[in-house]
Amino acid sequence: MQLTGAEIVIRCLQEEGVEYLFGYPGGAVLNIYDELFKQEKVKHVLVRHEQGAVHAADGYSRSSTKVGVCLVTSGPGVTNAVTGIATAYMDSIPMVVLTGQVPTHAIGQDAFQECDTVGITRPCVKHNFLVKDVNDVALTIKKAFYLAATGRPGPVLVDIPKDVTQAKAEWSYPKTVSLRSYNPVTKGHSGQIKKAVQLLLDAKKPMVYAGGGVVLNNAAPQLTRLVRLLGFPCTNTLMGLGGFPGTDPQFTGMLGMHGTFESNMAMQNCDVLLAVGARFDDRVIGNPEHFFRSDRKIIHIDIDPSSISKRVKVDVPIVGYVADVLDEMLKLIETSPQRPDPAALKAWWGEIKEWQRKDCLRYDTKSELIKPQYVIQKLYELTKGDAFITSDVGQHQMWAAQYYKFDKPRRWINSGGLGTMGFGLPAAMGVQLVNPGATVVTVTGEASIQMCIQELSTCKQYHLPIKVINLNNRYMGMVRQWQEFFYGNRYAESYMDALPDFVKLAEAYGHVGIKVDKPGDVDGALAEAFKHKDRLVFVDVITDQTENVFPMVPGGKGLTEMILAEEL
Amino acid sequence: MRHILSILVENEAGALSRISGLFSARGYNIESLTVAPTEDVTMSRMTIVTVGSEDVVEQITKQLNKLVDVVKVVDLTEGNHIERELMLVKVRAAGKDREEMKRLADIFRGRILDVTDKSYTIELTGTGSKLDAFLTAIEPGVILETVRTGASGIGRGERILRV
Repeated sequence: MQLTGAEIVIRCLQEEGVEYLFGYPGGAVLNIYDELFKQEKVKHVLVRHEQGAVHAADGYSRSSTKVGVCLVTSGPGVTNAVTGIATAYMDSIPMVVLTGQVPTHAIGQDAFQECDTVGITRPCVKHNFLVKDVNDVALTIKKAFYLAATGRPGPVLVDIPKDVTQAKAEWSYPKTVSLRSYNPVTKGHSGQIKKAVQLLLDAKKPMVYAGGGVVLNNAAPQLTRLVRLLGFPCTNTLMGLGGFPGTDPQFTGMLGMHGTFESNMAMQNCDVLLAVGARFDDRVIGNPEHFFRSDRKIIHIDIDPSSISKRVKVDVPIVGYVADVLDEMLKLIETSPQRPDPAALKAWWGEIKEWQRKDCLRYDTKSELIKPQYVIQKLYELTKGDAFITSDVGQHQMWAAQYYKFDKPRRWINSGGLGTMGFGLPAAMGVQLVNPGATVVTVTGEASIQMCIQELSTCKQYHLPIKVINLNNRYMGMVRQWQEFFYGNRYAESYMDALPDFVKLAEAYGHVGIKVDKPGDVDGALAEAFKHKDRLVFVDVITDQTENVFPMVPGGKGLTEMILAEEL
Repeated sequence: MRHILSILVENEAGALSRISGLFSARGYNIESLTVAPTEDVTMSRMTIVTVGSEDVVEQITKQLNKLVDVVKVVDLTEGNHIERELMLVKVRAAGKDREEMKRLADIFRGRILDVTDKSYTIELTGTGSKLDAFLTAIEPGVILETVRTGASGIGRGERILRV
């Protein structure tokens, strides 16, 4: 059967079981949109800016196990999408980005809405393709889905010139695909796994450090079983929250720049460190030289060999899917007669409990101003810890990560690697669409939300009852915090002047707006917001302008060189 | 330390820029890079000479392997290997220098490919250091133009890089 390139594109998406396609039409993709119009299987979500389309596809993927898909036009459609693509790339999110391109004969002629899409996106995709022949469309899209979802996941872009979408080819969709140049090692080396298990069983002061890889590889059950079986303390990275239950007594809280005192101390002072699907990045271990002042054995499980021994040298590297490797480890531990030395473990927990007594997340609860931490705690209580929380980037993101306890993976949706302001609201749209009926909350700030606020319109069109909690401190809070600590209180351009009336703004978009400025009104306002089951509610919370995120490891410092609230 | 990486890549448009882009994005050093299709036209072979510590070269190798178009990567300097580079050099060859230049080219087993009454164009192959040695052996003033291919390398003996 002969089909046009555009028909083939849509057929491919149907074959892949794509439910939602996030996009924005334009000249180069009109043929594809015309085919989209003629069918009902793949539902299109019209965003208001291409960045929103990519973030929505991203949130869709993060909160499910599916590949997010988006479609944008050539030129500005692509350049607008780049921030979203880079965001997904940094956090290894499986995604297929379809982009229109000017006709093949016009490529390189500086045609209207032409840009070198493959060139521009090359450094921020797992792989990309320019399809110049209609006969290659189906195979290329198949490859894109395969590459996006396997190995270390990531966004894959397929650039399709307009004439290719018009030309015809015989339709057939391959069931499977393989590339001779792409064979990720997925099964851990059994000798290395044995070595790792022995190290764990012999450990006196063990620590488990788990990252986004656990969430991405759906390895939370395995990790949880392993940690509980061994009785070890466990910390999660910002990307890993929910990979181990946040309310479990063995959970020591997030680690890193704004991690808990106990997690950071335990990372530094442990004798065996098990790193699972994490990459020792600068926000997590601080200065690597300082990190290595203490001696410890490190086991590192990751799907990406290049993540191993990149920033820190490890003793037992294991390349493979973390779920599979953890399964193997569990088998060995369960059949081993040996258990970690209970006396040593007890003493180690004693040390950790001592650190926990610092109560590093304590904050002033008697203030006459609304404390942002309190808002998150209330949010946690009201949603019974079971909401999907998306966030933007900055102080509010850290507070949400610190004070909302995630018991399940894929509930905490944030831009950890790239740190993209504007991510939260569009990501929440994808989350809500793939989890209809679930409580979806965007924790944001008045600076971040304005970077993609146009998506409030999309939320109206698709009836997405997201709850937006705007922690409004009239500052780019994290910038302000750094300026306070490291730039002598010179608040260069970090204030937010001429803010809109967010209540009116929300109402103008057809939503419900609520403003709170007194601590006593927070509970009521949040409760009211969640009463509106079918409406998007924008809660503008006027918070203490001077509140800072603690603990804090200043950039370039060692992990244990934390600034604590009490020290200021 | 100097390393010679041999890379088999899919002969796809953009494969070269994926690799050169990786080097610039991650701040790795490229001393030279040569590339041409192999006997299997679907694949190209690339030789990259880079300088870096063992850790850096390990990262480079891993990052290269991660590129979807890269089929195989081998660090030739890990074992015995042969390395060759081609240089074409145009030199001033007039008067008393003319004889001397011919002799020098012979010593370095160079071949004179082109002659005018004022110049020679000499072809030289060898390791990079041999070519360097030739250039330092002749007076800098007589060099009119040089062009070098960068190193190509292959493993010695039974060591073979193929799919």
